[in-house]
Order: sequence, then C-alpha cells, then structure tokens
Amino acid sequence: MDDVILSLEGVGKIFPGVVALSGVSLSIARGETHIVLGENGAGKSTLIKLLAGIYQPDSGTIAFNGMPYQPKTPHDAQQSGIRVVHQELNLLPYLSIAENLMLENLPRRGFGIVDRKALNRRAVALLKEVGLEIDPRTRVEALGVAQMQLVEIAKALSYDSKLLVLDEPTATLTPPEIKRLFAIIKRLKAKGVTIIYISHRLHEVFEIGDRVTVLRNGRLVATRDLHGLSVPDIVRMMIGRDIADEFGFDASIMPGKVALSVTNLKRDATTPEISFAVRHGEILGVAGLVGSGRTEAMRALFGADPKLDGVVEIDGRPVAITAPKDAVRHGLSLLTEDRKGQGLLLDLAVDKNITITDLGKVSRHGLVNRSAEAAAANDLVGQLRVKASSIEQAVRNLSGGNQQKVVLAKWLFRGTSTLILDEPTRGVDIGARREIYQLLWMLAAAQKGIIMVSSDLPELMGMCHRIIVFSKNKIVGEVPRAEFDQERILSLAYQEYVRP
Amino acid sequence: MTETSEPLVSAPVSPGRAKFLRFLIRDAGVLLALVLITLFFSVSAPYFATPDNALKIFVQIAINTVLAAGMTFVILTGGIDLSVGSVLALCTVVGATVMIDESLSPAVAITLALLACMATGAACGFLNGWISTRWKIPSFIVTLGMLNMAAGAARVVSDNSTITGLPQSFVDFGNLIIGGFLPSIFLVAVLVIAAGWFVLRFTVFGRMIFAVGTNDEAVRLSGHNPDFYKVAAFTISGLTAGIAAMVYLLRLNIGSPIAGVGYELNAIAAVIIGGTSLSGGKGSIIGTLVGACILQVLSTGLQLLGVGDNFKPIVIGLVIVLAVILDAYRERLLRKIR
Repeated sequence: MDDVILSLEGVGKIFPGVVALSGVSLSIARGETHIVLGENGAGKSTLIKLLAGIYQPDSGTIAFNGMPYQPKTPHDAQQSGIRVVHQELNLLPYLSIAENLMLENLPRRGFGIVDRKALNRRAVALLKEVGLEIDPRTRVEALGVAQMQLVEIAKALSYDSKLLVLDEPTATLTPPEIKRLFAIIKRLKAKGVTIIYISHRLHEVFEIGDRVTVLRNGRLVATRDLHGLSVPDIVRMMIGRDIADEFGFDASIMPGKVALSVTNLKRDATTPEISFAVRHGEILGVAGLVGSGRTEAMRALFGADPKLDGVVEIDGRPVAITAPKDAVRHGLSLLTEDRKGQGLLLDLAVDKNITITDLGKVSRHGLVNRSAEAAAANDLVGQLRVKASSIEQAVRNLSGGNQQKVVLAKWLFRGTSTLILDEPTRGVDIGARREIYQLLWMLAAAQKGIIMVSSDLPELMGMCHRIIVFSKNKIVGEVPRAEFDQERILSLAYQEYVRP
Repeated sequence: MTETSEPLVSAPVSPGRAKFLRFLIRDAGVLLALVLITLFFSVSAPYFATPDNALKIFVQIAINTVLAAGMTFVILTGGIDLSVGSVLALCTVVGATVMIDESLSPAVAITLALLACMATGAACGFLNGWISTRWKIPSFIVTLGMLNMAAGAARVVSDNSTITGLPQSFVDFGNLIIGGFLPSIFLVAVLVIAAGWFVLRFTVFGRMIFAVGTNDEAVRLSGHNPDFYKVAAFTISGLTAGIAAMVYLLRLNIGSPIAGVGYELNAIAAVIIGGTSLSGGKGSIIGTLVGACILQVLSTGLQLLGVGDNFKPIVIGLVIVLAVILDAYRERLLRKIR
C-alpha cells in the first residue's frame, strides 16, 4: 500500500474505569472503503470520536495525508477534510433542508443577507447527489429518519471531504433505502473519496467494503481484505468464538391463550382501524417501512399517545388504557425505539434505572431500601450480563447493547405479562444481540407475550411465530412462520404506497 | 446463557475510588470554596472572625436558606420558581394579620399564623405547578405571573400597610439564641434543610424528583405521572416560602407587603452555587445550604473589608457566574469518572 491517507500508530484512549482503545495501529489507503467492525464497547465509537476531534488520544499518533493530525474540535477535523456522519443525527429540526445543508457556509448577498436562491439551487444539486428529490425548503422536522440520514450525508458532501466516516448509516434504513445508500457510496468511491464505514450488519459490508478492520475490547484484532472472507470468519474475529444460529428459534415453545388483543384501534380521524393479538409464549413480529405507523400503533396501545377509539383486552378482559401508567399496571411493558430519549435516565446509575418501574418493591413506608435495591439490581445485571463497572455507573457511559439490556432489566424488575419491543436490537452489536434473542426465548418459554417491531427482516423471520405487516398505517397482512418469505413481506410493506 | 470468552475490560479506577472522587468533585468542591472564602475574610477583614459576626451571619442566612431549600426541589425537576419572594410577602401579611387578632390567646394565634402561612404558600405553589403542567407552560412564565399576583394580594390583604404588634412571646422567641451560639431562626433553617435532605436522599418521592428532572418522558413511559412530582415540587417551594415568611416575622417582627423583593434571585443563586444544575436531575440540598452560606459570607466579608454597596453586587454577581462555569467543568469531570 503506497498511498496512505490516514494512519494510526499505537493509538490509545483511557477513561477512568475503562480502557476504551489500546495500541491501535491502522493504515487506510486513499480511495478505499474501509469497514470497521466490533461488538459493543469494542472501541468503534471511541475511534470515530478521535477522528472527529471529539476526543484526543492519550497515546500514539495519527497522521492524515502525511501530516500529524491532532484535531482539538470537530471544526478542526472538518477543516482538515475529515467528515463524520454520526449515528445520532445532528440536524436542526426547525430549519429547512437547504439551511441545514449549508449552515456553516450560507451563501450571502452582502450585508449578511442570505442568498435564498443560491442556497436552494445548491441544495437541490446536493440532494440529487444522494438521490433525494424533495423541496429543499422543507423543514427537517417533516422528514423521516431515513431522509434525515441522507440529508446528513449530503451535508458531509457539501464540504468537499477527503475522508468520510459513516457510523452505522443503515441502522434505521429500509432495504430499498440501503440499496440507494450503497449506490451513493459506490459513486463517492469512484470519485476518489475515502470512506470508513462502521456497521453492525455483517451481510451488507461485503457489498461495499474493500478491507475490514475488526476491534475487540479496545484492541485491533485484524485488518483483512474482505475478498475471500465469510460472515462466520468475521463473527469469529469479532467475538472470538463461533455463532451457530444467531436467532435460535425455539420450536418447543407452544403459544397458549391470547395474552393481549387489540380490536379496532383508531389513532385519529385519518388513520384506519387496526386489530391484532399476541398469545402467551408467542413472539409476534411487526414489519413495515419506517413511518408506516408501526411505532405509532404501539405507542397508542400503550397509552403513550392519545387514541380515538379501540378496545384493548388483556387475558380476555377489556382494560382502559389512557396513560402509560394504566398499561404498566395491567402488565404491559414498552421498550421504545429511542432508548436514550424515552427509555433511560441517562445521568442516573444503572440500579436507579432498573428500579424506576416499581420502587415500591424495594421500599418500605416510602423509604428506599438501598441494600434491597442494590441486591435486586445486581441480580438482574448478572442475569442479563450487563457490562458495567458497577451498578452505580451512569447508564450514559454504557454501550448501546448494555443500555438496551438495562431497559429490559427495568421491565423484568417490574414483572410483565406482555412486552412490546420497538427495534430492540437497533445499534446493538451481534454478541449482545444474541443475548437479547436468548432472553426473549426465555421470556417466551415463561409464557410472556412478545411483540417485536423491527426494520431488520431477517431478524423478524428468525425470531417470530407470526409476522403482521404495516403499510401506510394499515395492517395489510399476516404471515405465519411456515410461509415466511422476504419478498412477500416486503411487497406487503409496500402495498399501500404503490397503489395510485 | 453461554459463557463469555472475554474478560471484562480492565478498570484502572476502582469503584470505591471513583465514588470518593465523585464525592470530592460533586459535594466537597463547594464546601472547600466556603472554607477558603471564610479563611480569606478571617485573615483580611477586621471583626470577621468574631463570635458576634458568626451569629450575625447565621441570623442573616436563615430566610434565604429556607426559600432555597424549596427552590432546590423545583430546580431539580427542571423548573424555576420566581414567585417565592412575593409569596413570602403575602404570607408575612397573612401570618401577621392572624397573629395580632386580640380575640385569640398568643399560643393559639401563633399556631394559627404558622398554619395560615404554610397553607397560603403551599396554595400559591400548587397553583404554579398545576397551571404550568396542565397547560404545559414554562414555569418561568407562570411563576413570573404569580410573582405579580402574590405581590398584589399582599397589598390587598394588608391594605398596603405594614402590620406590627406581634405577640411578645413570639418576638422573644425570634431573638432567642440557644446556648449562646445557635439563633432560633437559624435552627429553623437547619431543620428545613435536614427535612429536605432526608426526603431527597431516602424516600421514593425524592428519587422520583431526581428521575423526573433527568428525563420526564422516560419516567412517564415507565408507568408514572411526572406531573404529580412537578406539582409537588412547586407546592413544596410554596410551603417553604410560607415557613420563610414565619422566619421573616420572627426576625423583623413586621408583616410587610413589600417584603421579599428580589429574594427569589438570592434563593436561585444559592441553589446554583450549591451545585444544583438548572437543567434538572442533578444537585443536592446540602450544597444549597453551603451556597447560601457562601453568598452571605461574601456579602458580610466584603462589607467589613470596606467594599462599598455599589461594588458588592458586582463581586457577588461574578461569583454566581463563576459557580456556573465551575459547574460545567465539574460535569465534564464527573462524566469521565462514572
């Protein structure tokens, strides 16, 4: 490799309590698409943040274009030509797409007045690059997550970046959107842009990557040519062992009586009525495109958002649910798709996050019994194998998979009869993912009803007894396990959008 | 579940040590600042390090400490209460009016006055909380409205005049210095702080106050009603304004519709200097007590140093800003440790 654009020499980063990265040496060739893989806490995020100028390394050196690269701020990084598209999007919701795209360099007409014509013209050109045909004057808040992602990438392109770092760009995208994104990545590569691509989805990286680097526990395991590698090879490097069946469908579990049924649920005047039911011991999959009303239906059922009409029955008895507290009282649990914003108390410790669902269990006469609380939390942390330095660690500092386990732990602490899981493995790496799957099977075996909403179709097909499909707020079909077929489910998901 | 083949990532800072570091940074920092400021004035300002002056400071911080104790609850939930100063004024005139009723025996009058003060304050606080949660209005605006309404109500109740002639036994209790070193009204303040500390630290209610301030949506989706805790926090703030009004009556022996002007800002300053975050979820009421002490020590110390009344607010203002800057750094440090 003669033309190296970025090289790391023995780079390390230590946080009190964790060695996040240690002795990482890596060379990225100009113009390659380099995949970085690793489990939760393997050091991927830390690596990205070092490149983005958010953290500074404690040891080692980084060189970019042959020059020492020591960004003190994200702005420094951008000035040098390195642009990072983070997993958490950083758009301003109340500004237009065009304004977001060129926020740092708005075209002006003198006296500091924004040249709207030039702004929108350039925005249209940039959006075209990423295949988004949408009015650039649209406010970002009106966009779906997938569209926002594309806007972020377009924004990165507007700065003539030499090195583009994409952190899990497909986490929230549907298959056609992923296809489009890959086409864009290939086009960028053809134009000579170097790309570092971080992902959890192993299957997709073969399509776009040249080489792969695997991190484990903050150390670099290997850098290899992707050509000639297989998924099991990579999995072995990532977790240091084999994974036979990712999902582990347990055919011995027989769904029993109906646990939760929803009849004629109507969210508002414009949405159609929907009905579905889940049995005890059953994992019911909910498929559909992002924005097809899956999440909204679950939130309405749980009382998180208002609903117009509909009957919810638990074990055959109708229950009135007007707020989440009613749902929780009747044994429902909701794991939200946005775990940081809606699931966790990020600045509070692991134990306090777990016991929040039912403090009564660890208190007497209104006083919290700290030792009972610690015992209960330690118990669940051990059961779910949450990696934390102690139960007193703030959940903010845990990795995505461990945070998700804490959310599950808080519902297990409360005790639940039916769990609604919205994108339970989003942003969760393969090792923790498998642990979550196993846990779901344990819950199913214990006769809990489980509703699993996911954009990852292979995951749904691996885990579920049945899949119901949403399309434009409507339930357009139900597919039993014997008839699972990716094409069929996808065409159902698109059904209402392709009709005239 | 299967065994992991990898050990946990090694931890250079042990949990115990991290805990100690957290304590140092979060709680001991303000205390250290207080000690340093006190030492500075003890050396440089004449008469500062005298028992008389210490007593004076204890007497002077009592009202602000009580107000700030309630304010801590509100700020922990992510709100702010600008009305406590004028609610205090309203409560002083209500309390004084009850107390000078000659048809009652002093003991009964004083008891009724205390209850009336607390009820009036709690009612104002409840209204603040109820309005801001019911219609989802920022508490900044709602309590600004209450600031004006309570000030107006204080004038109506008192007919815009100062109320004097409180029972002698009440006045005597206000002047009492227990054991020659503990002013009665400071004892009241310490008791309020102790009660607040107990509630925040040991009760389910206190835990929920922190949780609501950290992420009220997550609390709601966990099956609770966060509005209940917000309204409760405002009610507590009103209640402490009522208690502070009694302390005011004990100290100054008059009910006045123009009492308490600007008190809300001192209370907020004490809470913030004490390390409670304005965005909610983080802080401690012991810090609030220390914050109130810092404010008064500065004020008294600067006066004894001969710094004029014009310059004093400049210095105190700077200290408040400095405290917030330090708080930002402290957060960064804490994040690295946890």
